[in-house]
Amino acid sequence: MIYFDNSATTKPYPAVLDTFVKVAGQFFGNPSSVHHLGLQSEKLLSQAREQIASLLRVDPEEVIFTSGGTEGNNFVLKGVAHLYKNRGNHIITTSIEHPSVQNVCKQLEAEGFHITYLPVDENGQIRLSELKRALTDETILVSIMHVNNEVGAIQPIKEIGQLLSTYPKVFFHVDHVQGVGKVPLDFHESNVDFATISSHKFHGLKGTGAIYKRKGIKLKPLLAGGGQEKDFRSGTENVAGIVAMAKALRLTMSDFERKQNTLFEIRDYLMNELSKINGVLINTPNIAAPHIVNFSVEGYKAEVLVHEIEKEQLYVSTTSACSSKTDEPSQTILAMGLGESRASSSIRLSLSYANTMDEAKEAVQIIKQAIENLKPVMRR
Amino acid sequence: MIYDEILVRYGEISTKGKNRKLFIDKLKSNVHYVLKDFPNVKIRAQRDRMYIKLHGEDMDEISKRLKKVFGIQSFSPVMRVNKDIETIKEKSAQLMKKLDASGKTFKVQAKRVDKEYPYRTNDLNQILGGHLLKTIEDLKVDVHNPDFELKVEVRKDAAYLTCEVIKGAGGLPVGSGGKAMLMLSGGIDSPVAGFLAMRRGLQIEGVHFYSPPFTSERSKQKVIDLSEKMAQVSGKFTLHIVHFTELQQAIIQHVPENYTMTIMRRMMMRITDEIRKRRNGLAIVNGENIGQVASQTLESMYAINEVTNTPVLRPLLTYDKNDIIDLARDFDTLEISNRPYEDCCTIFVPAQPKTKPRRDKVHLYETNFDWEPLIQQAVDQIETVEITSKTGKKEENEFADLF
Repeated sequence: MIYFDNSATTKPYPAVLDTFVKVAGQFFGNPSSVHHLGLQSEKLLSQAREQIASLLRVDPEEVIFTSGGTEGNNFVLKGVAHLYKNRGNHIITTSIEHPSVQNVCKQLEAEGFHITYLPVDENGQIRLSELKRALTDETILVSIMHVNNEVGAIQPIKEIGQLLSTYPKVFFHVDHVQGVGKVPLDFHESNVDFATISSHKFHGLKGTGAIYKRKGIKLKPLLAGGGQEKDFRSGTENVAGIVAMAKALRLTMSDFERKQNTLFEIRDYLMNELSKINGVLINTPNIAAPHIVNFSVEGYKAEVLVHEIEKEQLYVSTTSACSSKTDEPSQTILAMGLGESRASSSIRLSLSYANTMDEAKEAVQIIKQAIENLKPVMRR
Repeated sequence: MIYDEILVRYGEISTKGKNRKLFIDKLKSNVHYVLKDFPNVKIRAQRDRMYIKLHGEDMDEISKRLKKVFGIQSFSPVMRVNKDIETIKEKSAQLMKKLDASGKTFKVQAKRVDKEYPYRTNDLNQILGGHLLKTIEDLKVDVHNPDFELKVEVRKDAAYLTCEVIKGAGGLPVGSGGKAMLMLSGGIDSPVAGFLAMRRGLQIEGVHFYSPPFTSERSKQKVIDLSEKMAQVSGKFTLHIVHFTELQQAIIQHVPENYTMTIMRRMMMRITDEIRKRRNGLAIVNGENIGQVASQTLESMYAINEVTNTPVLRPLLTYDKNDIIDLARDFDTLEISNRPYEDCCTIFVPAQPKTKPRRDKVHLYETNFDWEPLIQQAVDQIETVEITSKTGKKEENEFADLF
């Protein structure tokens, strides 16, 4: 089996699963309980927080655990919008965000907020000048993803942060779900106020994630309840999942150190070889993350191709897993101006540090063959 | 990795005459302790400066740790570069760029230790200043009050560039002034008192009174975590945990309620003094602050202090609470201290403690019971924990494989 759908989700590392099973079984106490079992769980929780904070180069108090990327994005956007609405009602985001940002913005729009969706160029990047032009006295939040989940485009977060640092009223949120462990980002250096990460995108388990919230900033909680996470996120902590996330992040970061070049080599190989196939167009821009290759095969329906490829045990996606069920064209590719036909025939290969060059070589053959097999039935 | 070594400037040590060597040795060993998990680091202490050779170790982490070491006035990361003028020019610009010098003012101060070097001091100043003005946007010269002072020292082996001056924690090296026992409850004040005492060179050991089941394991953990913070100053910290339950219960049973607090403090002072004797300490430090609570009125201090003639140092005596909170934030102990667990000072607080206890009454009530065996027992059963800044939370090691 070749698994090239790591931006949808990753396979948990065996060591991470071991941790999860052990913590869930042995340290099941509620961290809020006053007895020894509770204390054990609390210690695990705080050690996990310290480890994650130090890997992300932030302070432990700046880490709030959540259930994942969707909650994190909802939390920050709604939390800022609702708490600071007296300061203004304008939010800026991009036209290529994940649905968990885009659809929250739609909800906020219905509540009366004014949203600006910045366009992107053919490289999938926003222009700083356009962001600057969009900022008004009413702007309270700018939410921009670091690495795009569909094509791997990278936004100039540091430059954006630098620009926004001169607008003290504007908070800056970064959806870092696809970037973490793949494209480094220093939140403090980049003047980021909030960032979202999700464990299952870096070989942890589903149902755990975190947001980074810069020290001292207030945020309205999404959930009311027992006041866990310093009142920011109520609900009994998923201790096992959180400890597993701390381990997954450590292992991923150490893979990043050792294997980032390999990942780039594999990606470049895939881009090169795929572009040689007749009818294949690469959608991933030149400046992009090392783990995503997006391409379109003109005239081919993406879903059919995914299934044909799947016969050979190669697992890939049509656009992003989250929106692929609805059979809609890729928002990102449309926004990049590459046209409707490319947007509706796009295939995404997404890698992790567990993938190898041999797999990439085999994958290229499988894809070639699949395109060949379908040629008679796909009208060109 | 752009930096090669760190130049450390001493604080008040410089004025300490004959004791100077002792102070410097102490500082060196504290720095050594704090950096002991960086095996490649080499420390060379001279009369007026200390040099820490990094040999590729992580500058940021080392800098973070050095900021907490008392006895350091300031320190500067140093870049060691090849002596040819082009390299020096290029590296100076690189250094200034890293410091975001654009829009700021600067001056160059060159020093030519190697007198065979073809450029004189003034030539160097001009060449480098000119180069920086050309390469860095919007940079201006200000020789009197510059934002950045680029120091260039040309020695035999290489040229050394420094620019950034990082403020140290000041004070005197921990351990240069003798040993004292710190009464450490877990509240906001006592750790701050400990830090201030350490800043004046004292070596501090903590004494914590632990009363299970009236105080929880978490309150003990809180004190261990505070100790870990204190250990960051010199690399290690000794904590004595006194099991206080029985004595405390006896006090509740045998002393009129409004005097329990006064007599409990006297017992704590006696036990701390006994530990001090065994550990060869010369003083007791606590977080008392005049007038803050019932036990800290002048009358209370008079009644409590009677049990010993060992000097009782109260670094916070005259501070306002808000200033203490600010200090706690600086020393990074506030968050731990704010954890809401009962400690030895907050349990059994009488409804109306005496704010003006009288010595004669205290003496009378203390004859109600033979305290000596319980005091001895408490002293004999002390649990002593050595806490190092690296492995402060020893229980956590049991979880190591989970992370």
